[in-house]
Amino acid sequence: MKFTLSWLREHLDTSASLAEICDAVTAIGLELESVDDRGAKLAPFVVGYVVEARKHPDADRLRVCIVDTGKEQVQVVCGAPNARTGMKGVFARAGLTIPGTGLQLKAGTIRGQASNGMLCSAREMGLSDEHDGIIDLPADAPVGEPFAKVLGLDDAVIDVAITPNRQDCLGVRGIARDLAAKGIGTLRPRRVEPVPGRFASPLSVRLDLPEGAANACPYFVGRLVRGVSNGPSPRWLQDRLVAIGLRPISALVDITNYLTFDVGRPLHVFDAAKVSGGIVVRLARAGETIATLNGKTYALAGSETVISDESGAAEGLGGVIGGEESGCTEATTDVFVEAALFDPIRTAQTGRTHQIISDARYRFERGLDPEAVVEGMEAATRMILELCGGEASELVVAGKVPEWRRSFRLRKDRAATLGGVDVPPAEQQRILETLGFAVADRGEAFEVAPPSWRSDIHGEADLVEEVGRIWGFDRIEVVAMPRASALPAPALTPAQRRVRDARRALAGLGLVEAVTFSFMQKSVAALFGGTNPALELLNPISSDLDFMRPTIVPNLLLAARRNADRGLGDCALCEVGPQFADDTPSGQSMMATGLRSGSASPRSWGARQRDVDALDAKGDALALLQALGAPVENLQATRDAPAWYHPGRSGCLRLGAKVIATFGELNPRILAALDIRMPAVAFEVALDAVPQPKAKAGRARPLLRLATLQPVERDFAFLVESGVEAEKLVRAIRGTAKEIAAQASILSVSVFDVYEGKGLPEGRKSIAVAVRLQPVERTLTDAEIDAIGQRIVAAAAKATGATLRA
Amino acid sequence: MTDDIAALVADARTRIAAAHDGAALEALRVEWLGKKGRITELMKTLGAIQADQRKARGAALNAAKDEVAALVEARGATLAEAELDARLARERIDVTLPPRPLPDGRVHPISQTIDELTAIFGEMGFSVAEGPDIEDDWHNFTALNIPPEHPSRQMMDTFYLRSAGEDGAPPKVLRTHTSPVQIRTMKGVKPPIRVIIPGRTYRSDHDATHSPNFHQVEGLVIDKAIHMGHLKGCLQEFCRAYFEVGDLPLRFRPSHFPFTEPSAEVDIGCSRAGGELRLGNHGDWLEILGCGMVHPRVIANCGLDPDEWQGFAFGMGIERITMLKYGIPDLRPFYEADLRWLRHYGFMPLDVPSMTGGLAR
Repeated sequence: MKFTLSWLREHLDTSASLAEICDAVTAIGLELESVDDRGAKLAPFVVGYVVEARKHPDADRLRVCIVDTGKEQVQVVCGAPNARTGMKGVFARAGLTIPGTGLQLKAGTIRGQASNGMLCSAREMGLSDEHDGIIDLPADAPVGEPFAKVLGLDDAVIDVAITPNRQDCLGVRGIARDLAAKGIGTLRPRRVEPVPGRFASPLSVRLDLPEGAANACPYFVGRLVRGVSNGPSPRWLQDRLVAIGLRPISALVDITNYLTFDVGRPLHVFDAAKVSGGIVVRLARAGETIATLNGKTYALAGSETVISDESGAAEGLGGVIGGEESGCTEATTDVFVEAALFDPIRTAQTGRTHQIISDARYRFERGLDPEAVVEGMEAATRMILELCGGEASELVVAGKVPEWRRSFRLRKDRAATLGGVDVPPAEQQRILETLGFAVADRGEAFEVAPPSWRSDIHGEADLVEEVGRIWGFDRIEVVAMPRASALPAPALTPAQRRVRDARRALAGLGLVEAVTFSFMQKSVAALFGGTNPALELLNPISSDLDFMRPTIVPNLLLAARRNADRGLGDCALCEVGPQFADDTPSGQSMMATGLRSGSASPRSWGARQRDVDALDAKGDALALLQALGAPVENLQATRDAPAWYHPGRSGCLRLGAKVIATFGELNPRILAALDIRMPAVAFEVALDAVPQPKAKAGRARPLLRLATLQPVERDFAFLVESGVEAEKLVRAIRGTAKEIAAQASILSVSVFDVYEGKGLPEGRKSIAVAVRLQPVERTLTDAEIDAIGQRIVAAAAKATGATLRA
Repeated sequence: MTDDIAALVADARTRIAAAHDGAALEALRVEWLGKKGRITELMKTLGAIQADQRKARGAALNAAKDEVAALVEARGATLAEAELDARLARERIDVTLPPRPLPDGRVHPISQTIDELTAIFGEMGFSVAEGPDIEDDWHNFTALNIPPEHPSRQMMDTFYLRSAGEDGAPPKVLRTHTSPVQIRTMKGVKPPIRVIIPGRTYRSDHDATHSPNFHQVEGLVIDKAIHMGHLKGCLQEFCRAYFEVGDLPLRFRPSHFPFTEPSAEVDIGCSRAGGELRLGNHGDWLEILGCGMVHPRVIANCGLDPDEWQGFAFGMGIERITMLKYGIPDLRPFYEADLRWLRHYGFMPLDVPSMTGGLAR
């Protein structure tokens, strides 16, 4: 919402400076977007009187001028053809920077004649492209005064952002009223005297709205003004419109635009000659078309409010835009003026459906002052009669002003107890009354009735805001948050803490945390099981971001590919974030997902190069689970990872039946589909599935009993079928714990070598296992250790068919 | 000591001193002190010596034996020392070589900021609340006093899912703000409430300063006597702690949000002199967040009595405050997983923000 300072001053009697006004605008909640103080930039350039202009002795086209600047007489050499004795021009003294050229003016001599300044052209002042001569100021321009003042260019343009609730400030008068309440001057009284009608309007107005849609246009006021002449509007009006970025069109149109911004009252003018019979307000017929003033044609859906005439032709979209057909032109002699109320919701829908943005729509969809319809009409009539002549008919009215009166209680202490501002009741009353509210003192509380233009006020909290924002949010006292106890309780739940810990644990494992979008390309999601149609976006920002991610793996894979394209093929990326199985809250799960690609570690003199493999991913998953306090010793690996993994080189980690994590090499088919040409492994840990530690009575750990006897370690080289899984062998060995419990406990069973190939029978492999035993009561004899070893071998044989390697 | 013994010792002294390695020294020890060594052999002759001389000669031989043993030991020590010196001189590696690679991960700046927010607000008694990213129309809009067709609903640039709502219900949306979690929290727990809600949010806007998927943090306090003064106090504490500028000025400007009344936007002090943004009391202002007192209708929509309960809410962009604090110029790379960016702007895993240890180092 743009306006000029002089425009504001027409409504607001104030001596405040531009800076004070701008500060106040921000302080009362009308966000200042920008100020263009053209006058300030031009202030050093003053009216100069050319005392004498004579021909330069050594140059035919130059003149030597003596300029009276109000302070002194200065000699200037000037090349303008219109420089002449007795004129008044714009004088720039040496040292100033010329706005139009950006050059600094220097004193000097031109062909032997001193020149200590310049007489400026409009282009040099940045006002236009005019450069044929210097600016010729009126003879009565006061010498020495800034020329901008003389030309009316000292009018600053102020642009404010109006929040959607404040339609009343979409007119300069509303802003002036708010500023007056803030104490920046007083609102000038405005009284629009009704124009007496000289004749009955030949055009009638009829609301033809179906049941249930009567609010599409509850009130319509029309009037015919005949015998007008519609030429260009006067200079002051054009200047104002141009200053706020509007294009002057013709007096009639400019008047409606002016009132739209002056008092926030959109109007429409029809060329009465092109309206047959009278105005009918109705809903559109589906498929009906209308050509509008923006040069476009729209096919209507049927929900739009249409202004038509008795012939049925659509003449405009109510509250949005007028029709081309009945628009006013220079030839218009009889004009029909429309001032109406349109339903905000329907107006917004129409505007949105057809993507029409207009100053009228902007106001109507925010709700207009229902009491200002007739006043707007009278103001328009007065301007038309003044600028275009003619005579006005009586008003034609259809419908009635909807009921808007209401009142609310405002307890006198609520400004303090809700708004944090201790405003004396008398001041609360003054503020509200200056804003146009009717305030009645009811003892503990006020009874406050908002004015017709404040449709945004719906209760006590709104009134507190009114009082608070005018009193000043800067006067809200800073109060420390009260504490329920000296020490706060933990901010994170155990599950939230786990998410935080997961990120740092993975970073500790060397993975770099990424944050990628929650949506991805539908076709990629489908490769990863994402086929639930409920997860497709109806209005994606682009076709490669149209599906909620079923897993984070593809995002990391594509990130790895992008990094590889930049020469960083060895990626270790992770993301801890949501994935989506369906569109319900329970379909969203928190995952810690990681991806390694390329080599397992950077090239180094001290480490053998190898590609990442499935067990790297398993190691990451296990280390993460360990860091989170999961019972990793109870995890079982199974071979049923999802299809995006390599079927032979992947697995799930389960606690009982529940899958806690998946890991493995990515399926080569997936890699090919995503054009990834390097080895890649991934893991996915379902953080919600990891069991929380049992809520115990305390945090005490079990007592540590340190063994005094030396532990014993024995190695076993087993020969098993190639298909036998190491975990099965290890579990079998652990299974002997009960049998040997009287003599020793098993501290650890670790696989330290796996070999398959030369020297071994076809189809068999060797698994070497170290078993560490802790004697329980006394040091074991060799015979006792051998006996335990035999039990271990027997258990391994029973479970896996393993034999000791010869 | 008799002359022959003295000569023996003298001979040993000379030869031991000349021994140049452990083997030669050992041979000398055997030659003098071994089972058939020269001193040992003389010891064996003691029996044949007259008793009156035997004692003196025996003592002399023992002394000679001890002396030679000491000489051997001393020489041995010298040789060992020299050998060690030689080994140390020999054993030399290139210490300028890089070590074997160690894990070198990073935490994303968004995660770091969320941890900082948690540390600060946790100190003020807030806990962290969460809710789903896929929301229904009621939680995301209606309950927050944003009726259908309200202009501000269009301002939100909402993403809709294809899921057909049941019985003609509007389609599910990707939450446009973290505010629906306010509703879920108020419906789920009994006041007093003091929560922050960091999380993913979505708006269909994609340019240099907008991402379709971004992060917000929401704050919600519901109690009986909380007013805008507390809101100001809370946000002042937060901004000064987070940006680590002790006298950072805050400016509250009246504004409008459907879910708060009164509503305010908050600016922090800054300077833009020389094209460089500096936070502090420098006279210029930078908008940072929106806030206000929770609208009575929102409180009522959650089944609470707005005559009994009131409080404040605020919301801000996590990426925005991260960029401001850590001088990150562009928004887009936050989501691009470019390793160069992540390594440069990311945080070390043990750099855990806390109010006791400090937020950032």
